[in-house]
Amino acid sequence: MPSTELKKNRIIVTVLGPDRVGIIAGVARVLADNNINILDISQTILQEFLVMIMIADMEKSRVDLSTLKAHLAEKGAALGVRIDAQHEDAFQFMHRI
Amino acid sequence: MLTMAEIMETIKMVQEENLDIRTITMGISLRDCADPDAGAARRKIYDKITARAGRLVAVGEQISREYGIPIVHKRISVTPVSLIAECSHAEDYVAYARTLDEAAAAAGVNFIGGFSALVHKGFTAGDRTLISSIPAALAGTERVCASVNVATTRAGINMDAVRLMGRVIKETAARTAGQGGLGCAKLVVFSNVPEDNPFMAGAFHGVGEPECTINVGVSGPGVVKNAVVRAGNVDLGTLAETVKKTAFKITRMGELVGRLAAERLGISFGIVDLSLAPTPAVGDSVAEILEAMGLERCGTHGTTAALALLNDAVKKGGAMASSYVGGLSGAFIPVSEDAGMIRAVDHGALCLDKLEAMTCVCSVGLDMIAVPGETSAETIAAIIADEVAIGVINKKTTAVRIIPAPGKRVGDHVTFGGLLGEAPVMAVHPFSSDNFVCRGGRIPAPIQSLTN
Repeated sequence: MPSTELKKNRIIVTVLGPDRVGIIAGVARVLADNNINILDISQTILQEFLVMIMIADMEKSRVDLSTLKAHLAEKGAALGVRIDAQHEDAFQFMHRI
Repeated sequence: MLTMAEIMETIKMVQEENLDIRTITMGISLRDCADPDAGAARRKIYDKITARAGRLVAVGEQISREYGIPIVHKRISVTPVSLIAECSHAEDYVAYARTLDEAAAAAGVNFIGGFSALVHKGFTAGDRTLISSIPAALAGTERVCASVNVATTRAGINMDAVRLMGRVIKETAARTAGQGGLGCAKLVVFSNVPEDNPFMAGAFHGVGEPECTINVGVSGPGVVKNAVVRAGNVDLGTLAETVKKTAFKITRMGELVGRLAAERLGISFGIVDLSLAPTPAVGDSVAEILEAMGLERCGTHGTTAALALLNDAVKKGGAMASSYVGGLSGAFIPVSEDAGMIRAVDHGALCLDKLEAMTCVCSVGLDMIAVPGETSAETIAAIIADEVAIGVINKKTTAVRIIPAPGKRVGDHVTFGGLLGEAPVMAVHPFSSDNFVCRGGRIPAPIQSLTN
């Protein structure tokens, strides 16, 4: 059976909520503080709601994913948006064979 | 690279459409736990389950967090207890059920399956002891689930067992009358029972299974329903294609979670069960999928055809998404656990006879059906006989999980709470089946050619 061990330790960070100044900066700060490299950012505004997706590399991260999620949730509460982080495989497995 | 639309689709499925992994179930063999001393056997059982499943819940929660997919249940299935306890010549096996209950509590799981016996061709002494222990075992424990296989396509139907199960179900209801007959919600009578089913209450770890394995049950009626609604007014071939693609995506999550869990627990990955398992939550209903296809109410004419389409498309999409498929694999239609099914019964659209017809084209059978408390053991046995005959002739698994709700009449509701939901009490035929059921014996295995 093919291993599910990741070749790359990548995560997908999603931000959903009302747009305001400082959201990207806030999320990027949390990632930078934990030595997590941002690989890609895309965002769009849907009916005044910000939808932002970041792909980031946790290879050299100082924290594990559970801890990072807690930090992001805290930042999200401060910014009034919902921030989540998931392993990239959750998406790759569903959409790519 | 993944597109934004793909990422948003996955997130929407989880956050808005109730996509989850219904259960990761660890199957544990207890074959090395048999002992002439019942106390020693029970100690071995407790030690083995708690040692093997000690990390199950923690690993499940970790995967759930990291991948953002809820894993609703972590559960355990074990070798049928009749096989293990038989060696001890204990007078009853209720103490074994208590041991399973304690081990499940220690492992932090909400259900453990395997208080089971396989009697499709006849009883051993241990099988009889186990079956007669079921009412007290289910009344005296919280997490233990029982199942009995009474028929297979190769062996035919053991009508003595069918008749006996009618009485066992009545007694189980009586012993748990204070909770609406809750014990019966944890008791399944099967034909052609699968050995690797991860879903309760019918899960056990079959004799052909390895030492320890992980089986995964996926869910996702809400996701399929929304896909059907979004597809709009298309022809049925296009609709089947939509369901197939959606089932593929849902099953991929089950495959991922199963592989991860097996890897992290250091045990083998068994199967993904391709079942659409509803919950009482709004928007998580199989009946609502059928209604979204164009039926005013589930249970009306056309329901069997719609369900056949749905069930087949789910299997086709799911089979492609997983390397190993097994268990029950089909849409579930439990009445009490599906808000749309409950509504269909309440509106008079769905009756027991139509449900029986629906079970010809999907898994699993007459599931979580409440009938009047005064229904006789013989009538319940006859209902079981009809349902297992469908399974035996059509070479498929069928099951009966029926609750003769004490003191309730047609139109009343009986509430079990949580995932077991709330069942409207359904009418049974008033005419007697006693003389047929009481003949006993075995209905021979069916011919395998001349298949009309």
